[in-house]
Amino acid sequence: MERTETELIAAVLQGDAASFEPLVQRYSPRVFATARRYARRESEVEDIVQEVWLKAFQKLKGFRGEAPFEHWLMRLAVRTCYDFLRSHQRNRETAFSELSEPEHDWLERFVSQPDTAAESADAARLLVGRILEHLSPAGRLVITLLEIEERSVKEIAKLTGWSVPLVKVRAFRARAEMRKVLARLAKEKYL
Amino acid sequence: MASNKIASFMNLDQLQHKLIGAARAHPPADQVPYGFETRLMARLRARPVLDAWALWSRALWRAATPCVAIMVLLVAWFLLAPPAPPPGTDLSQEFENTVLAAAELEPQPADVLR
Repeated sequence: MERTETELIAAVLQGDAASFEPLVQRYSPRVFATARRYARRESEVEDIVQEVWLKAFQKLKGFRGEAPFEHWLMRLAVRTCYDFLRSHQRNRETAFSELSEPEHDWLERFVSQPDTAAESADAARLLVGRILEHLSPAGRLVITLLEIEERSVKEIAKLTGWSVPLVKVRAFRARAEMRKVLARLAKEKYL
Repeated sequence: MASNKIASFMNLDQLQHKLIGAARAHPPADQVPYGFETRLMARLRARPVLDAWALWSRALWRAATPCVAIMVLLVAWFLLAPPAPPPGTDLSQEFENTVLAAAELEPQPADVLR
């Protein structure tokens, strides 16, 4: 019979580390998907996920069971991703000159006929990834959670540990920052 | 100036909207690399168990080294320092002599009248 989450957690807390494995198997796909939003290289993604699980194991005593384990774990995941972004800020000031051919073509199509530039195109995905890399860590986190994952301000406050007004302020700044990055892209490419 | 030029050929709001839409349309994969759980569990099992007493005794042993070093230096200083001055040159006695010397040199009232 499959053990429940509460039973597994209780067993881990009593020293049975093997009971942690079913939790890892159950929730790793979600943690990997979250980490892939913030890190490009697979080695970095795996490092982030490993760190999330190590933290979860260490801090399991702090899990009081008031909210589902998944929510607690996702908070850890988002905060670990934010720490990762803060420690890897070096690419922010790089130029847009090295856009790939498909990205360049997608932009050209957008400039000539904006409606024909498809959102589903792979080039658009690459381009948005590149633009997000130019945002500050807080800006990137807020844009990802608020605009891309379409979460509410309250949810973001819970996930990040920031207050609701702080999330709003950071969202406002992040949108302005993104517009600046897009303006820089256009300036470097066409002026 | 530049922003006006950009606005004349590119709608940044629309571009932002399109790019956010593109990011929504391509959610990241949730695939777990082969053997990840095994590697993670091996790492978790290899982690040393934190024992408060072990940490405390390790800290005490680390503190013992500088304490012994300071003790050795103090002993060496005590043994190699120059010998103490003889009892005749007692500091308190010298201080007293200096203070009273002025009183001894001061002329007495009878000497002044003479």
